Amino acid sequence: MTDRLPFTLRQTPDLDRWITFNEDGTVTVCTGKVELGQGIKTAIAIICAEELDVDLHNIRVQSGDTEAAPNEFMTAGSGSIEASGAAVRQVSAEARQFLLQRAAEEMHTSIENLTVENGIVANVQGNENISYWQLMQGRNFKVSANGEATPKPFADHTKVGKRAQRIDLADKVVGKPVYIQDMVLDNMVHGRILRPPGYHFRFQSLDQDGIRSMPGIIDLVIDGSFIGIIAEREEQVVNALEKMKQITQWARHGELPDQEALHDFLSTNASHSLPVIDGTPVEEPVPDFVTAESAVTTVNATYTKPFHMHGSIGPSAAVALWQSEKGRGETLTVWSHSQGPFVVRGAMAQVLKIPEESIRVIHRENAGCYGHNGADDAAMDAALLAKAVQGRPLLLKWTRDDEHSWEPYSPAMVMKVQADLLRDGHIAAWNYDVFSNTHGGRPVARADGSHFIAAWHMADPIAKPEARPGKGSHSGIHRNADPYYDLPQRRVIKHLVKVAPLRTSSTRGLGAYGNVFAIESFMDELAHAAGMDPIEFRLMHLTDERAAAVIEAVRDQANTIDLVRDDNPLLSYGRGMAFSRYKNAKCYAAVCVDLSVDLETSNIHLIHAVIAGDAGQIIDPDGLSNQLEGGFIQSASWTLKEQVLYDADGITSRDWDSYPILTFPEIPTVDVILLDHPESRSLGAGEATQGPASAAIANAVSDAVGLRLRDVPFTPERLKKAAAS
Amino acid sequence: MQQRITLTVNGADRHLTIDPETPLLYALRNDLGLSSPRQGCSQEQCGACRVIMDGEAIYACTTKVKEANNRRITTVEGVSIDGALHPVQQAILDENAAQCGYCLSGIINRAVLLLEKNPSPDRSDIQTAFKDHLCRCGAHNRIIRAIQNAAREMHHD
Ligand code: FES
Ligand code: FES
Repeated sequence: MTDRLPFTLRQTPDLDRWITFNEDGTVTVCTGKVELGQGIKTAIAIICAEELDVDLHNIRVQSGDTEAAPNEFMTAGSGSIEASGAAVRQVSAEARQFLLQRAAEEMHTSIENLTVENGIVANVQGNENISYWQLMQGRNFKVSANGEATPKPFADHTKVGKRAQRIDLADKVVGKPVYIQDMVLDNMVHGRILRPPGYHFRFQSLDQDGIRSMPGIIDLVIDGSFIGIIAEREEQVVNALEKMKQITQWARHGELPDQEALHDFLSTNASHSLPVIDGTPVEEPVPDFVTAESAVTTVNATYTKPFHMHGSIGPSAAVALWQSEKGRGETLTVWSHSQGPFVVRGAMAQVLKIPEESIRVIHRENAGCYGHNGADDAAMDAALLAKAVQGRPLLLKWTRDDEHSWEPYSPAMVMKVQADLLRDGHIAAWNYDVFSNTHGGRPVARADGSHFIAAWHMADPIAKPEARPGKGSHSGIHRNADPYYDLPQRRVIKHLVKVAPLRTSSTRGLGAYGNVFAIESFMDELAHAAGMDPIEFRLMHLTDERAAAVIEAVRDQANTIDLVRDDNPLLSYGRGMAFSRYKNAKCYAAVCVDLSVDLETSNIHLIHAVIAGDAGQIIDPDGLSNQLEGGFIQSASWTLKEQVLYDADGITSRDWDSYPILTFPEIPTVDVILLDHPESRSLGAGEATQGPASAAIANAVSDAVGLRLRDVPFTPERLKKAAAS
Repeated sequence: MQQRITLTVNGADRHLTIDPETPLLYALRNDLGLSSPRQGCSQEQCGACRVIMDGEAIYACTTKVKEANNRRITTVEGVSIDGALHPVQQAILDENAAQCGYCLSGIINRAVLLLEKNPSPDRSDIQTAFKDHLCRCGAHNRIIRAIQNAAREMHHD
């Protein structure tokens, strides 16, 4: 039976690692997944509450501690609810079964006669009852999950699928110390890093005595170009850092390539090119273009996206503490908001040259990260700096400037599409080439290098490893590169460009944002060429009914909306829609956008959006709609406003003025429609709307003013350029 | 360079001996143990640190502690009314109006002030009032709804 267990539960079958009945009448459930602001703790708690029949407010969720939580690898790719949710559901079902057996013995009856309400087990044949906590008496389970317990059928669910209040918000609305920056430990010191002004700069000199004599300074660490400063108090460390920025001498070795030529750079530089078959790259020669002889039209287009930032509102931070423990030697404890406490532990051990077991990583929340941001680097920085203050915890914070200029960006992408159309409007052949740098720059322990900035800068450096093409299904550049439509012939090629102008890694959705932007913009262009309605054109190429259902849902909802239109003749209105199924296997999402374009300023203003999502069985409907809407808004921001700017010296987008994001006055109203499929498994939805959002906006602009925008972001300058050409 | 500073925080006088140039944000967070003002940018660009000083929403990140000497400061820890959550806080909870919640403290303070001046703001009043507050998670619409719900709640009293 154990082969039926969810993967992470098979790895860690010991029930006591997952679930504890506390003496105060609560239950603690552990998950290796971590809270990133996406509400995972609430969803996990709902699942546990459902299976145990314990009220939601009595469930506590503990996550991401390498010494306490089960190893569930990385919290990414919208996989949490599928992976950890399934494990927690099974764990809770097994715990319930175990407890009911005990209760039946105690009450001399059989399990069939027992009911449970908020953890109280009652015998329907008498008026006896006993609680889970009485049954456990503070003891452990001391058993392993064996797959014999069966979770409740969905028809019996009373908590899953109902609106719930987020379990983490009560502390946040009163300002409690819930974020990593709020940590206060005895004897704690403050640290900051002085990074070089750009990637190509190396440390030359600094008046160290001048800095060391500033108030409160404990130590100045200089290891090659890895430079850190430690002080008793925060304002002292910040003052010293300010001074260091003014007086440190750097030498430049090299420069960044011209940003104007970025897209040529990507599509002409040497790349590792792989055909993508059914969403998975294969090591085979790149085939020739597919064509259809009977085609009446061939349509081509090239789309691009720039480098984008994760742009967390809370800069990265970490706390590190080195101790000498009797019998254990030197140990390091790190509190981090990394998405993978277990993974970052291995990567740090490699750089610190100590055994992994001597490091404990404990997850603490920070602001939303939306992928691999500076979290892991901050943990590494803190660990290196804290060595200078053995026995004292060090709170390290990145500055806003650090975050903007050193985080690993979402890579720029170039997407080239060509398709042949038949007379009846069907697509007969589809050719797609996507060029990008790696979407996988996370620090993991590996023999050929390190992804930590600190490792690159140390006097005895560990270089960045060469990028390797992801070969998994929909894993990186090629996520959603393979269209979800029925196409008789397709040729999809991913090109991993190894030379990267900027540091890149995983951002919410990975390649899906760029690929869906291109595919769904192109579907509208094809519909136009075929003289068809874009929605009908899509439906004609889809056989999956659930895909059609989300598209029809947004169409029908949008048709009921009576937009208030200004009679300002300078405003032109448009509507556009787009669809995708995330990774061609997860949440279905369709987005419809209404917007206006100001013909004088070329400003695009979003008015209203309708989103329809089908994420299989809904665990937490409000959490789901929050994620779908949040993803849409973030993508609208990427699409309309964002690009990382740089010149030869380095990054020039170094704050929120030089890297603007969507603000309150620019936010459209949004309707979210959820299509529930309780009979199907739950599908992660945190990354479902980014792709369709971008194309829906492009399609709506085309509808409004007849201009096709193929280069993100759609700034007024871009729109003016498109109008001029 | 230390100076004696008195801040009236959430109704109580607090005395500090501190470098007067210290950002108010650090004094509140590190010396007075108030974690609600969050640090986001330290350059008046995100609003995460906003607190109320003498009835104005100010940036605690760039205000020096000496500029707050002898002035009245309210943080999220102090906006509650008679020990109960302020209607804005309650409405945010009820509306699940956040994802990570990092932006919330500044937004709550700004909203409390807004509702004092404009008891029934419409959507665009709220959008304008929050033009200097960033939320990266896209929780804007929920936040707007929560503030409108709070306004209605306060009218009913
Ligand atoms: S931290 Fe003060 S405005 Fe951002
Ligand atoms: S909820 Fe995350 S920044 Fe607003």
